[in-house]
Order: sequence, then structure tokens, then C-alpha cells
Amino acid sequence: MKILADAAKYDVSCASSGTSRGSAKNGIGTATGWGICHSFTPDGRCISLFKILLTNHCIYDCAYCSNRRSNDVVRSAFTAEELAELTIEFYKRNYIEGLFLSSGVMRNPDYTMEQMLRVVMLLRETHRFNGYIHMKSIPGASSELIARAGTYVDRMSVNLEIPSEQNLKLLAPEKDYESVFAPMRFIQQGMLESAEDRRKFRSAPRFVPAGQSTQVIIGATPDTDKQILTLASALYKRPSFKRVYYSGYIPVNKNDSRLPVITTPPLVRENRLYQADWLMRFYQFKASEIVDDTHPDLELDIDPKMGWALRNPAFFPVDINAAPYEMVLRVPGIGVKSAKLIVASRRYGRLNSVQLKKMGVVMKRAQYFIVCRELPMRTVNELTPQYVRRQVSQKQKKQAADLLQYSIDWGE
Amino acid sequence: MIIFTYDKTFDGLLSCVFFAYEQKKFPDLILSESDQKPLFVDEQYRVITEKEKSLRVWKLLEKKLSKIARSMMLSVWLSELPETGMLLFRYIRKNIDHPRGVEMNFGDDDVLRVKEIAQKVAREAEQLRQFVRFQETADGIYFAPVSPRYDVLSLIVSHFQSRYAGQSWIIYDTNRNTGLYYDTRSVVEVSFSQKDLSDLKLGALDEEKLSGDEAFVQQMWKEYFKSTSIKERINLKLQRQHMPRRYWKYLTEIP
Repeated sequence: MKILADAAKYDVSCASSGTSRGSAKNGIGTATGWGICHSFTPDGRCISLFKILLTNHCIYDCAYCSNRRSNDVVRSAFTAEELAELTIEFYKRNYIEGLFLSSGVMRNPDYTMEQMLRVVMLLRETHRFNGYIHMKSIPGASSELIARAGTYVDRMSVNLEIPSEQNLKLLAPEKDYESVFAPMRFIQQGMLESAEDRRKFRSAPRFVPAGQSTQVIIGATPDTDKQILTLASALYKRPSFKRVYYSGYIPVNKNDSRLPVITTPPLVRENRLYQADWLMRFYQFKASEIVDDTHPDLELDIDPKMGWALRNPAFFPVDINAAPYEMVLRVPGIGVKSAKLIVASRRYGRLNSVQLKKMGVVMKRAQYFIVCRELPMRTVNELTPQYVRRQVSQKQKKQAADLLQYSIDWGE
Repeated sequence: MIIFTYDKTFDGLLSCVFFAYEQKKFPDLILSESDQKPLFVDEQYRVITEKEKSLRVWKLLEKKLSKIARSMMLSVWLSELPETGMLLFRYIRKNIDHPRGVEMNFGDDDVLRVKEIAQKVAREAEQLRQFVRFQETADGIYFAPVSPRYDVLSLIVSHFQSRYAGQSWIIYDTNRNTGLYYDTRSVVEVSFSQKDLSDLKLGALDEEKLSGDEAFVQQMWKEYFKSTSIKERINLKLQRQHMPRRYWKYLTEIP
């Protein structure tokens, strides 16, 4: 348990959203549609799914992975029955939303995929489990196996890991982009066919109803944010794609000349990438607006929305009481929620800055970019972008020692 | 200063609204009978709760307000905050007086406050869905003590009922000394004696009361919780933000 949970933890995805399934007779569990986080580990990440490897045996030797063949680690494996049983017991106690099943590659991809399929079938058929199941598709597994697994699970994913092909080849010599993109295409095709069938017959089986996701490691290779975000936006254009996860590189393997030597993972950069990801998914930004050839990387001291605003001062000031929703949404310091409140409320009367503040607008950032009822005209255009930038850029404050810490026993 | 007194029920509050419009007297304060009265009271009225009158007010609100706004009002009521009586009264009055209703006018302090409190209550309910931890007892009932800030048990029944349809469970509010018991068919309200309650407040049940597997499963869960954390990314502040400390006493995985 310890070994296999430890080895599975570097996978970021934990979302349990996207499927809505009621309870069935004699069955256990539901999927709520938005997913529930049941606990949070000391690193602040959510535990929604029971994220575990079936085994950490692996025939591959990828430089960034702790389970690679050449590493001398204790190898272990669950049997399908054990894992299914444990998942049900955890679920019954409201510890988890479901299972996130991944695995090292044992013998060959098809054999591994078969074993994983057995766990999923045990859960769905023997235990009549209705909760959420996310399964990693093993690169190189045959399409029949993927097709069968797809009818049992809610989400299937294949990890891209490295944002460009030549770097993937360098770090994981046995893998290539084709082995990642082929199953992605196949999953998407299955989903679209199933959606088509379900339009004709409501009883047609669902195929991966919560879509697919992928993960890229940040900072292990010299790829720029422009490459990463362009890749992500291309993936989001596909109808089946729900999420791209960014995982700051953590050096799990020492002494590998192909990998950079770092002491702390690039957490700020990871955060900025997620912010940019949100801009693309919820704020109608294009990847080319966030990063371009002159700014291939995101700035670390200001968020990407502010970065865009400072590069495009001509867009501002936005009149809060008249501008359309899409323009209000582009103002730094105004989020989706407050933008919606503004658009709904201004029909009753002109809004002033006190009201905006109460609605959740961060005036510290927004003040340079808006006009409302009484705010004086000291916008980004009069003050110059350089001045505003100095005002809003975050000083690297040393995090005060956390007095409320409880001791963590790492078992070392 | 005009004050109303009522019986601290939601129907009572709606009766106050009816009374106010009937008598054309609008209160500055709405209190329960037992509350401390302020010093300078010009007029004081005792409003008697009448089901027909409160229903008429509710019918009017059904016409004026969306379903979301009405359920927000009920959530605000569940918050049990001292300000709720007067806040809801002002909210209802503003909606009655405005020809189209003001529920979308978030520039108004009361409308915004109703939304804020409703969101807090909804968040509390969501956190119960997240942080309820069942322990299997020797007689096969899954038991979970909770201590929510607001009285939200009624908001989470349907979730647990459909999710754990095949097992009997109890979710027990140790603050209000009341709980929900589901026997695989229907949910009933239960409450324990004061003596049992003080034992429950400690969280973990006695070993002899637990089922044979329980200790093992708890051990596995603790082990999982410990190994799934990434040491290089430690961020205890973020952990507390998502999972406030007041929930920790009933969490199996926290040592």
C-alpha cells in the first residue's frame, strides 16, 4: 500500500467531475457531476479519488519516473480482488469518490491493461459500484482493450508528460508521441460514436462519459510556456478533452545528466500556467494572446491576465456600467463570478466602486482599468503600464514560519 | 422604535410580514419572546404565527422570486445567525415593494448579504459531504459524528441517501444533539442521551463498539493519506484553507 500509493502520487489529476449517475438498485454509490474532494494532504492537494498503482513493476526506463526499470526500489503489486475490495471499503466510509487506477507496465502493455480491466470489471459487476473510475490507458495497449475498458470507466487518460516530441525521445527512449496520440484519438472516436448512438437509443452504452485528460511535466525540459500553452489549446479544441494538468518537475531520480538539477519544484511557474489555462477555458482568451514570440514565457511576478492587460493598454479603461460581459471579464481583478454579478446588477442603477468591492472585485488590480460611477480617471493610460506594473507586481515575501504546523512523520 | 416579537419559526417570520403590511407598521427589530428588549420601545407587537397568513406571503414570493432566490432565503434561515430575522424581513419587503423584484440587484446590501449567507450555508453543507467519515460499528451501522456551524443536515440527506442506499448509517450533529438515521429504507431523526453525547464528541468510537474490519481499514486509509503527500510541495496553509481545522477532530486520517 505504502509503496504503491507513494509511487502514484506524482499524477496530478484528481478530478471526479463530468459524470452524473444516479444510484442503481442493489448497487453502491453515485457520481455527482461536479466531484467532491474528501480530504487534503499536507501539500494542499485534494484527495478525491483513491489514486493507486496496480503495480510499480515497469519495463520502461523513463528518466523522469521513480518506477523506471533501472531504479532500485522495492517492487510490489495488488491483486485485482484486493484492490477492488479496498476501494469499496474506502468508499463506504465516505473517504473517496472513486478509484484512479494507474500502473507500471508489467510484462507488456496488453497484459497490464488486462489486469487493470479486471479490477474495473470486478468493481462494476461484482460489487455493483456506481462511483467514479478514472483509468490510465497504458501507452501501446491494443485498441480492443481500450474499447472494453472505455465502457466501464468514467474518464480515461494518457499522459503526454513531455511537451515536445524530441525531448520525450531523449528522456523516454522507448516512447514516442504516436504511442500517446493514438490512444487519445481512439478514446475520442469511441466517445463520439457512443454519443451518436445514444442519440438514437437511450440505452446505448456510455463510453468514457467524463472525457479524457492528460498531464505535462513542467521544468524538466527547456520547452517554453508558449509551446506548452499552444499544445494545451490544441488539445482543448478536441471535443473529448476536459483537462490538461501541469505538474512541476520534482527530481525523483538523482544523477541523470539529461535532467536539470533543481532544489525546489517550479511551483510559481506551474501556478501561472494554470492561471493561463483558466484564461483559455473560462475567460475566452486565445493562447496567442497570453504568450507570443516576443513573450514566449509567462511572467512570474504578475499573473497572465495582468500581463495581457499591460501589453494592451489601448483596450482600457472598460466602462463597468456599459461594456459587454466579455469586456468586463477581461479586466484584471474581475473574475467570472463578479463579472456576472456586475452585468446582472447594473440594470438596477449605476454601480460605484464600493459596490464593486463588495461584489468581490479586487480593486487593488482593477482600479487602473475601469471607469465606474465616481472613480477618478487615473487609468493605465495616464499612469503608464510601467507604473502599474510596479504597483501590482508581487514582492517575493518570505513565507512566515508556520506556527500552526503539526509534525509530519515521514517514516524515514 | 417599533419592535415585533414572534416564535422564531420561518412561518412566524412570514406572519410578521403579513402583519406589517396589514397594520402598515414596519418594525425596526424582530425579536423572539425571550430576547432582551431594547430600552426605548415606542410600540411593541406580538405576532401570532398563522399558517394561512404565512402561506399567502409565500405564495406571493413564489410569484415574485425565482426558485434559486427562495431556496437562498431558506438557507439563510438555516444559518441561525442573529441577523437573519431582520435581514430576511427587509429582503422580502424590498422584493414586494419593487414591481419586478430586486433579487438580481447585488448592488443592494441586503440582497448581497442574503447571497453571501446562503453561500456560506451551502459551503458548510458541501464540506459535510466532503468530510463526513463513517466508522462501521459492531452491529453494521456506519456512524459519523459531525459538528457543523449551521444547521445543514436537512440539506445533505438526499445526497447520502442515494449514495449509500444499501447500508444503514447515522450522521450525528453533536452540536445540536440531533442526528439522521437511515435504515436502508427511510431516514428518521434520532437523538442520544447527554451521557452518550459526551462520549461521541471525542470522535473515535471505543474499539469494542467497532466492527472487526474497521481498525484495519482505518489503518490502510491513514497509511494512504501519509504516502500520497508530496514532501517537496508541503503547503500547510493551503491544506487548512481547503480543510479548516474545525473539521479535523472527526477526520480518520489526521493523527
